[in-house]
This record gives sequence, C-alpha cells and structure tokens, in this order.
Amino acid sequence: MIAFIIRRLLASIPTLLAVLTLVFLLVRVVPGDPAIAILGDRATPETLAALRAELGLDRWIGAQYFDFLGHAILGDLGTSMVTHRPVWTEIAEALPHTIVLTLAAMAIGCLIGIPAGVWAALNRNGPVDVLTRLLSLLGLSFPVFVSGIFLLIVFALQLHLFPVIGNPRPGDWIDGLHKLVLPAVTLGVVMAAYVVRVTRSSMLQVLGEDYIRTARAKGVPRRAIIWRHGLSNALIPVVTVVGLYVGILIGNSVLTEIVFNRPGLGKVIVSALTKRDYTMLQGMMVIYCFLIVVVNLITDISYGFIDPRVKQ
Amino acid sequence: MSASHTLLEVRDLAKHFTVTKGFPRPVTTTVRAVDGVGFVVARGEAFGLVGESGCGKSTAARAVLGLIPPDAGHVRFAEIDVTGARGSMLQQLRRRMQIVFQDPYSSLNPRRTIGQALTEPLGVHGLARGRAARERAIALLEEVGLPPSAYDRHPHEFSGGQRQRVGIARALSVEPELIVADEPVSALDVSVQAQVLLLLKDLQTRRGLAFVFVSHDLGVVRWFCSRVAVMYLGRIVETGSVSSVFGAPRHPYTRMLRDASPIPDPAIRGQLPRIVGEIPSAANPPAGCHFHPRCPRASDLCRTAFPEWRADGDGAVACHHPED
Amino acid sequence: MTDVALSEPRSSWRVMAGRLLSDPVTLAGVILCAIVLAGALLAPWLAPRDPLEQNIIDRLAGPGSEYLLGTDQFGRDVLSRLLWGARISLLVSFLSIASAVVVGGAIGMVSGYIGGRFDLVTMQVMDVLLSFPSLILGMIMVALLGSSVTNLIIAISLTAIAPFARIARAPVLVIKERAFIEAGRALGFSHLRILLVHVLPNIVTDLLVMGTLWMATAVRTEASLSFIGLGVKPPTPTWGGMMRDGFENILDSAWLCIWPGLAILVLVLGLNLVGDGLCDVTDPKANAQ
Repeated sequence: MIAFIIRRLLASIPTLLAVLTLVFLLVRVVPGDPAIAILGDRATPETLAALRAELGLDRWIGAQYFDFLGHAILGDLGTSMVTHRPVWTEIAEALPHTIVLTLAAMAIGCLIGIPAGVWAALNRNGPVDVLTRLLSLLGLSFPVFVSGIFLLIVFALQLHLFPVIGNPRPGDWIDGLHKLVLPAVTLGVVMAAYVVRVTRSSMLQVLGEDYIRTARAKGVPRRAIIWRHGLSNALIPVVTVVGLYVGILIGNSVLTEIVFNRPGLGKVIVSALTKRDYTMLQGMMVIYCFLIVVVNLITDISYGFIDPRVKQ
Repeated sequence: MSASHTLLEVRDLAKHFTVTKGFPRPVTTTVRAVDGVGFVVARGEAFGLVGESGCGKSTAARAVLGLIPPDAGHVRFAEIDVTGARGSMLQQLRRRMQIVFQDPYSSLNPRRTIGQALTEPLGVHGLARGRAARERAIALLEEVGLPPSAYDRHPHEFSGGQRQRVGIARALSVEPELIVADEPVSALDVSVQAQVLLLLKDLQTRRGLAFVFVSHDLGVVRWFCSRVAVMYLGRIVETGSVSSVFGAPRHPYTRMLRDASPIPDPAIRGQLPRIVGEIPSAANPPAGCHFHPRCPRASDLCRTAFPEWRADGDGAVACHHPED
Repeated sequence: MTDVALSEPRSSWRVMAGRLLSDPVTLAGVILCAIVLAGALLAPWLAPRDPLEQNIIDRLAGPGSEYLLGTDQFGRDVLSRLLWGARISLLVSFLSIASAVVVGGAIGMVSGYIGGRFDLVTMQVMDVLLSFPSLILGMIMVALLGSSVTNLIIAISLTAIAPFARIARAPVLVIKERAFIEAGRALGFSHLRILLVHVLPNIVTDLLVMGTLWMATAVRTEASLSFIGLGVKPPTPTWGGMMRDGFENILDSAWLCIWPGLAILVLVLGLNLVGDGLCDVTDPKANAQ
C-alpha cells in the first residue's frame, strides 16, 4: 500500500510540472502584449518598457520560464500587479471560503445522489427510475448561475427565507451556515444530478453480476445483498466520478460565488480577469490545478483502499 | 532446388518482444517469439508451419510478409529483399504476397460491403476501377464459391465459412503468387473446414499459388502441404517432406505431436498419446535444447547444449538423439 | 464504448431515427431543440422589434401586450433579444464543439493508431489539459485572447479537445488490433487510407453522440462566460449577457433573469435529452436490456 502511494505521488510530479508549463505557455504564447493589455493603447513606449521590465517580460523566455518554475515550486507565486500584495496572501484569504462551499456542495451531492441512484436502480424502468432520470437530466441542464439566480428569486426575494447576499459575518458561524445554504444547494444539486446517473448505472451493472445471483440463491437477505454486496462494489466508479467532478465543481463555484456575492476564489479570479492582473491569474491557475491534482491523488489512493485489485 | 524455383527464402529470422514492468525496480523481459527461423518455399508449393500455440509460428508468418519488422535475418521474395523494402518496392511486394486470417469475424470491416472490400485493393494498386473492378470482384466471388448477390451485402449477413471465402477472395484480388494462411480453418466448424480447404487446394493448382500454411492441426497440414517445418519455442526443430516428417518423425517433439493428433484408423485406437507437460514460456525458455524438460530421450547434453542442425535426405532435424 | 466500435453496423439511419423518435423523452428533446433552432433561424421575421432599439421611456416595462416579455434597463424588447440571442448560443456552441470533435478526434485517433511512446506523451498532454477546470480555462483564454465570437469558439473548443481525444482513442485501440486493419496493411493500403476508410467510420457514431452531449455543455459555458462579462461584447444580445443585465436589476425586475434563464434551460435540456436518447439507441448493450 505504501509503495502504491509513493508510486502515485511520484507519478503526479510530471503532471504538476506539465501543468506549470502549460500555465506559463498560456499566459506568454497567447497573442497580445500583457503590457499593452494592462496599460491600454495610449501608453507611452517608456511606461510600457518600464512595465515590461517590472514584469520581467523583457528577458529571454527560457529565463522567464525557469524563474517562474523555480518560484512556483517554492510556493512563491509573485505579487499581484493590481493590489501589489503577494498572490499567495490574496489566495490564502479567499481559499477557505471556497473550500467550505465546495465541501458542503459535495456532501449535498453525495447525500442526495447516491441514495437516489440506488433507489432508481432497484426500481429499474419503474416510475421512480423515469422520474429520477428526468430530474437528473434537468439538474444537469442548469448552468449554476441560472439555478442560483432562480433559487435566489424564490427563496430570498419571494419567501425571504435566506439573505440575498451571502457574505458571512466573521466569527458568527450560525450566520455563516445560514448564508451557506443557498449557494451550497445550488452547487450540490447539480452535482447530485451527476452522481445519481453514475450510481444508478454502476449499481445496475453490479446487480447483474454472478456473485449477486449467487448471494441471492444462497438466501442472503435482500437488504444485505443491496448494501453489503451491491453498493460497496458499485461505489468504486462513483468515487472516481466524484473525484473527476471536482474540476467542474471548482468552475461552478466561481459562478456561485458571483451570484451570491460570497467571498472566495471566484471573486478573486473575476477581478483579476477584468483588471488583467496576469501574475494573479497565473497564480490562480497554479492553485486550481494543484487542487485538482491533489484531489486526483486522493481519489486514486482511496481507490486503493476500496478496491484491493488496484494495489497490484 | 534451383534458384529459379525458389519463391520465398527465409534466413535466420528473429523477432523479440521486450516488456518492462515493475516498480521501483523495473524488470525487462525478452520474449524470443521467433529465434533464428529459416526455410525455403518453391513456386506453387504448399509449405506447412506447425507447432503448439505460442511457438511463434504466426509471428514468423507476419514477419515474412513484412507486417512486423524482424529484429534479425532476411526474407527474400522472388530474389527481392523484403526486410529492406520501402515505398513503392514494398507496395509491389505487398501485392505479390497476401495473408488469410484465422478469425473470419475480425478480418472484414463490419461497415464495408463485400464489394467494397474486394474493389478497394484493385483501386489502390491501379488494377481496375469502376465497372471493371465490379466485374473482377464478382468473378472473384464466383471463384471462391459465393453468389454475385454477395457483392452488395455486409459481412454480418454471412456465416464464418462464407466470410473466410470473402477473405480469400480479397487476398486473391491483387493476384498474389504467395498466400500466407494463418490457421485459415481452425476457427471454422469442422464441416466447413473441409470445404474451405478444398477451395484453397483448388486455388493452389488452378492459380499455381504457393502457400505458407500455419497451423497447429497436423491432420490439415498433412493433407494440404507437401513440405513442413515443426516449430517449438521460436525455433524450427524438424523439417522435411510431409510424408517423411509425419511418417517417420526423427525429433521426439514431432513424434509427440503426431501421436497426439487423432488418426482415423480404429486399429491404432487404444495407444494413448504421450503428451508430457506444457509448453514452457518463451520468455524463459529452458537452457540447452528447449524441449528437454518434456523429452523422454533427454540426456545431460540436452540440458546444456542446443542441438545443431543435422541434414538428412530431404529434411533436417535439430536433436542430439534423433529417432531412427 | 469498445463494444460499440466492435458491433456490427447498426441498422440504417432511418431505422435508428425511428427508434429515437419513438421514445417520448427523446422526442421532447428534439422538439425543444427544434423550437430554439426555429427561433434562431426565423429571428428576423419572428422578432417583434429590433433587438438593439432602445426606448428609454419604456425601460424595465413588465411583460404585457406592448412588450410580450417586457423590456430591459435600456427599454429593449426582451423577446426580440431572446430570439437573436439564440443565434449566438447555437453558433458558438455548434462551431466550438464541431472543431473540438475534428481536432480532438483526429488527435485521439492518430495517437491511438500510432501507439507506443507517441501515444503516451500525447495522452499525458491531454490529461494535463483535462486537469484544468474547463470553465476557468475558458475564462482565462477569452480574457487573454479578447472577447469576440471567434475567440469564444476557440476558447470553448479548447476545453473540449482533450475529452474528445480520449473518446476517439479508446475504440481505436481495440479496432487497430482487428485483423481487417492488418489485412489492409498487407494489401498495401496507406496509413491515411486505413485511418480514414477503416478506422474513422467505426468511431464516428461515438463522436457524434458525445458531440451532442458536449454541445449542451458548450451552451452552458458560453452562457456562463457571457454572464461573467467575458462573452460576446454588448450590445449584441446573448442569453448570458441578458442574465447579467437582469441580475443587476433583480430586486425590482426579476423577469429579466427568468426569461433568458428559461431559454438556456430549454436548449441545454433539449440537447441533453437528445444526446441521452442517442446514447441509448447507439449502445447495443442498452438495446439488449
């Protein structure tokens, strides 16, 4: 098991390096001069040159690359070109809000999605199954900003059950929880729609296996068949999908944070985008990719725990 | 055998596959699938290549056709070096030697009609186009015993034997001089096997085709071929005319194979075939003569030294203690 | 997926279309898509007003007989803007996914066919692309390239290339081991011919089915980018942009968000239903059940 984890850790190093390279290339190679983009067309050649020197853009591209790589590996993501604060500080302030939101959404997604998927699989082609299929397709069809706004209109503007703005008061965790509900539901419902489908098909496949038939023939109680023999095996692909979904979740969290006006990485990235804060964007991409690589790693390792075949 | 009669000449052919596996200490395993194989096929001759599955006979057949590059050795077809051929030279050679596959289900593209399968090679080699190609394809279908109506159908509408006939017609479409038949009947029902074999035999005499007939079925090889080579773990252990090799086997492995294959003669019934052990992995062949762990005649010499070739009449054998 | 590639040619397109439309859920999806498509194509004739015409006196008018679905903060007719906005949604999503299918499909097909180290490296690059959150990749690409319809299409297709490379590659790995590929080589066919004539037709259905589902994603991505303010520039009407405008006035004119939201939902749901139905029809395993 330890050898397996070490192997996976080592295997993620080239991925991380490749990700860093791609981030670097995206920002440099894409047409357009960042200096002009920041200062505008009317900037004088002197100010442009000064900015290029400040950003290190006047140096050889290879030097820029190794400089970036070296600093990124040491955790130094540079200084924001707009706020002049370290990128890492800006991100560290926003990150916990996003992580709380994402975890809450994952919990909602799994708590709704997995039982509903099992239920649908057990009632295959019955009314429950058809209804689940339709609802999950509906859920998958909502861009989160649309479902977020719709929830906002119904529950905050019409019913006044939740606040319109989700910026929690620091230290007041009940207030924080209250303001977390709508955004987390917005994100979680879309994820649940996804998890339902995977759980259903995975469960159906497992229930058709020979060992389930054997268990049934041996007279194992239905409940034990479903939960012990069925679900425990059906969960393996679900774990993968939940891991893969984190990428979508991160993208969706940006939209949710904008709709509910919550602090988090979403607001940071949007302001960096509109203000053309290149160092900030670069840093954000590194952090996002790092998060996803870490989640993939956790998924793979938990796979090793759930499925004994993986270790070999 | 004079040179003008020789169509195919294979010398010291070798193909090794390497697999690297394991962490943190990767282990590289080399599988010597074909390890120094040589034989000669005359024009119009049916040459058999027999052996148990995994002995490398299919790999050798593919290397002969240039479908996989050999690691060593030479293949000469009609005085032309196949292993070194590139571009238009290779294209010409490809036209002159063809292959018939074992599995008639995977050898035809399920999305293309029989007609498309037959006319496509004609177009690629500039042999015929349009109406002329269609006529040639239909003539080919008739030659292999299929109705012209097969032309517009898809492979899934045909049985295994019929598909194998289509595969043969496709190989014939470019008018080859040599056909490598890789277990051409072993995937078919026994009743269909005979029909396909008769068709191949008929084509051999009518078109003067040479065959490299790869099979594990001694009965089929005995009937179809005039000369045969017996392969064991990547090497040929005995070669000669079918009558001498199977009539009076000199290598103990050939004898074992022959005794294991059923003979339609009730008088011989009751003699149990002496099959000993299983074929060892080609990744880790035994030292000395590869066959010694299964051989009833093995001596200490066999465990250490690989036997040299001994020419003997029209055949040859690689054994320290050949039978008489 | 692999079984699809290996299956016998499925029944003709007509039979398949018949089976597709006999499923009420899929039929509903086709109708939803058809409504949006008709609205987009007929926008010049259906739209009651010029989508850019501003009537400041009638700004933020509620739905009624004068303005069927109301007006926005500049007094522009919401219905007309919705109809014209459908064009952008369909154009951007279709072209971006079409190019992703072509580019990603070609990468996956060639990579799987060549195999070996080339395949290993290519797929590693695709995995890195996949590990980027697609919406964020799209946001950054648009921000760097500048927002125009072309750049939007490039950015969205870039987020979908890696998945299509994977979708195309998996069946190719199985197909290339089949004897008919080797037969083609023995017959002297070029690699290009083998790829285009013998491999491509066996994976094209998979690509088209996934293309439909991914078009739904592309519609969502385009709307999301416009909502953030990274889409096609105003005043060109886009559904995401209309949501953005409406969101600023959500306290007093919530309908401004509801109409474009529903429009997005109708199109994405329609595409998802059709894609889901296509999956069922083209998957022999699902048919057998």
